Amino acid sequence: MTDASAAARATAARVKACEDRGLHAFYEWSEEAMLAQVAHAHGDGPLAGQGVAIKANIADAHHATSCGSRILEGWRSPFEATAVRRLRQAGAFIAGKTVCDEFAMGSSTEHSAFGPARNPFDRERVPGGSSGGSAVAVAAGAVDFALGSETGGSVRQPAAFCGVVGIKPTYGRVSRYGLVAFGSSLDQIGMFGRDVRSAALLLSAVSGRDERDATTLDRVPLPEPGPAPTSLKGTVIGRPREYFPDGLHPGVRAACDRALARLRDLGAEVRDVSLPHTRYAIPTYYIIAPAEASSNLARYDGVRYGARQDAPDVRALFRQTRGHGFGAEVRRRILLGTYVLSAGYYDAYYRSAQRARARIAKDFADVFASGVHALFTPTTPTPAFRFGENTADPLAMYLADIFTATANLALIPALSLPIGRDGGLPIGGQLLGPHEGEQTMIRVAQALEAATEATAEVR
Amino acid sequence: MSGAVWETVIGLEVHVQLLTRTKMFCACSTTYGDPPNTNVCPVCLGLPGALPVPNAEAVRLAVRAAFALGCTVNERSVFARKNYFYPDLPKGYQISQYDEPLATGGSLEIVSPERGVLTVGITRLHLEEDAGKSFHDRFPGLTAVDLNRSGVPLIEIVSEPDLRSPAEARAYLTALKQVLRWLGVSDCNMEEGSLRVDANLSVRRPGAPLGTRTEVKNMNSFSGVERALTFERGRQIALVEGGGAVEQRTMTFDAAKGEVRPMRSKEESHDYRYFPEPDLPPLVLRPAWLANEQLSLPELPAARRLRFEQQYGLSTVEASVVAATAAVADHYEALVVLLGDGAGKEAWNWEANDVLTHSEDGEAIPPRLTPARIAEVVALVRGNTVSRQAAKKILAEMVAGDEGASAIAQRLGLVQVQDAGAIEQWVREVIEASPAEVARYRGGETKLLGFFTGQVMKRSKGKADPKAVNVALTSALKGLRA
Repeated sequence: MTDASAAARATAARVKACEDRGLHAFYEWSEEAMLAQVAHAHGDGPLAGQGVAIKANIADAHHATSCGSRILEGWRSPFEATAVRRLRQAGAFIAGKTVCDEFAMGSSTEHSAFGPARNPFDRERVPGGSSGGSAVAVAAGAVDFALGSETGGSVRQPAAFCGVVGIKPTYGRVSRYGLVAFGSSLDQIGMFGRDVRSAALLLSAVSGRDERDATTLDRVPLPEPGPAPTSLKGTVIGRPREYFPDGLHPGVRAACDRALARLRDLGAEVRDVSLPHTRYAIPTYYIIAPAEASSNLARYDGVRYGARQDAPDVRALFRQTRGHGFGAEVRRRILLGTYVLSAGYYDAYYRSAQRARARIAKDFADVFASGVHALFTPTTPTPAFRFGENTADPLAMYLADIFTATANLALIPALSLPIGRDGGLPIGGQLLGPHEGEQTMIRVAQALEAATEATAEVR
Repeated sequence: MSGAVWETVIGLEVHVQLLTRTKMFCACSTTYGDPPNTNVCPVCLGLPGALPVPNAEAVRLAVRAAFALGCTVNERSVFARKNYFYPDLPKGYQISQYDEPLATGGSLEIVSPERGVLTVGITRLHLEEDAGKSFHDRFPGLTAVDLNRSGVPLIEIVSEPDLRSPAEARAYLTALKQVLRWLGVSDCNMEEGSLRVDANLSVRRPGAPLGTRTEVKNMNSFSGVERALTFERGRQIALVEGGGAVEQRTMTFDAAKGEVRPMRSKEESHDYRYFPEPDLPPLVLRPAWLANEQLSLPELPAARRLRFEQQYGLSTVEASVVAATAAVADHYEALVVLLGDGAGKEAWNWEANDVLTHSEDGEAIPPRLTPARIAEVVALVRGNTVSRQAAKKILAEMVAGDEGASAIAQRLGLVQVQDAGAIEQWVREVIEASPAEVARYRGGETKLLGFFTGQVMKRSKGKADPKAVNVALTSALKGLRA
């Protein structure tokens, strides 16, 4: 048995152990698919022999790309995502496809058409979403690396809920080619790792310009992460007051206060700052993302591929295919997006949202221009919630993204790392960097991570 | 009479396929007529996760068209999604441009059959991709979809409502087609769908505000446009004169019946929900690149026609003939150069009467009729080696083979006899054989010279040089009279 096939078998055993715990991190995985891939894998590369779990909305050659939807159930893409190709070139193989909210719309995986994933810290609680399965796969030890995707916090929020690290790169840092679109101007592939270094290594492997995605930045791949700095002297960390509202969950607030204290202990200056347009983030996000989604999901009409409901005429075929194929949350967002783009409503909603988006981005640009190197905030307003807790109230579910959607709107990089526990549940702290400022953000995260682990608070 | 009291107002939206090798947003071939669904890929099939990447050559051709139409080309334009559901639209939206188009504010000079030369305003010119094609008649009860055309690059050219008759609309299309073909931007082949026309038409009393317009679609030829708009004009005038009102809606032309009728309502009035295409950054064109494209434009048809008139002494009609296409104009000018200074008119005679007569469509010149080979024939005529009539026979041979003009003349026995001794011998024989005619000639009937010439040519079996014959005859008859 070669080293590569040994690695594949070992990964298969770890995935099986994860799934045997009833965590349902994966829609599809198999030892055979892993062995088939390593049979012609590159021997070296920074991810040699590593199994990477990928979200079910990222196309690869060995598994279905269902996006957690009935309408794409069993869909096997004839091409693979650029990020997947780069993983293979770095020596990795795809361990399997992970559970997510349908078309990445949700914050809990409860909108998966094929059942949710479960939080390994408490199986009665959600893992977060939409990339919940990828977060669980890493948290439960099935894999050391996983890809998810973000439109409004869908990597950072589950990373926070599951006690792992999640990175949302600068928009355009990683190719979206092969990532099934939700909100194209917000979508970005994100990375999960057990620690900051793993997630950053994964980012460096998949980053860089791709001629197949016209929105990628014209940049070479990011370098691999260096060692954790032992001091943050000279680094200015902003603490935006809008992210620490009066009603913030006390356990989350306490963990953030301890993290800020550690940043000061490391020599960083912590400065109170303001991002005054933050309050517009959720309404802005819930106009732009559904608007783009209503257009992006128009292609699932039953004509060429995916599920089809036959009907006497083509209009009925469209209606019935889409009515049956999409779940309630996806239908809700398509309707919302169609409405805000309609003649007579465009200016009031979509155009206003674009203006608000520009203000939100300017808030960040102004703060970073004032000498702040990174911002620190909680990743989520609460720790992981229970199944069913927010399903009856879409607005409550949408507010789970309140601290994360801003980075997607502003196109800037952001990262969530574990900063403590509350009642046995992980708490995530968020670092946000300026546009293209991943490397500073990652160095600060590495330093904070090392200081946090020294206290054994997250173990 | 209705025609005198109603003014027709027409504006045209023309979709033109760009002459690129590959599609607008992917590397698939644009070849027409390939087996259905063979020139397709994840991008133009709209598969989940595929993304568009703009075709630089399509942008370049669109920019050239815009400059040729006198438009302002915007350094920054924005792609937008036009959303609607249709089985041959794989993404559920078409990538187009909407409120920030590639180019705005141009004009096109046309020759109106009613009003003469006039300038028609161009509102805008933008880039977009084509949809696939639906076939409703191939399989009973089914619609078949061919996506070879999906993603093929188009420009849409929108005119101002400056046209005043169906014939003017046709003249506009003719002029537009000439410019676009001249530039190599499009082949403008309506049968293959590479030029499509939608027309907006309304009627009003002269000087009154614009009437309610209808949009007419599905016109498959320039003559069809003229017929459809003539029908629609008549329909609207009859409606309004009968006390009715024109309803703003989309009409379709039935070429077989020659009539225009409303489209089924579900095929019209979409809310396209345009919004900026998030998969593509704004199209930003550098000023230096734009300036270079503008400077490198060839001389355009109207300018070249005018120069031909002035430089070569041609009439407007003559100049139009040899400036019909860039290829014909280039061919003509090359011939002028070979024939030498002041040969503009002579070259025109050859081009119009001897070259274009061998063209099947009046535009494509047979490849063997190069200016150099035609110049060889002209030289033979100028040197009296062959007659003008013989030259036509030589050119006909040249279309089919590579044999030189002199060789053809020899082989066909077309070389004229110049030998003075032989010609004088034939002249003597004719004079001796025609005493009556000689007497009448001497009596003053000098027009009989033509008769004698004909007799000499007959004896020479057509090979004598008619000019030399004339000289010899005149002198011989004059000698007799003296």
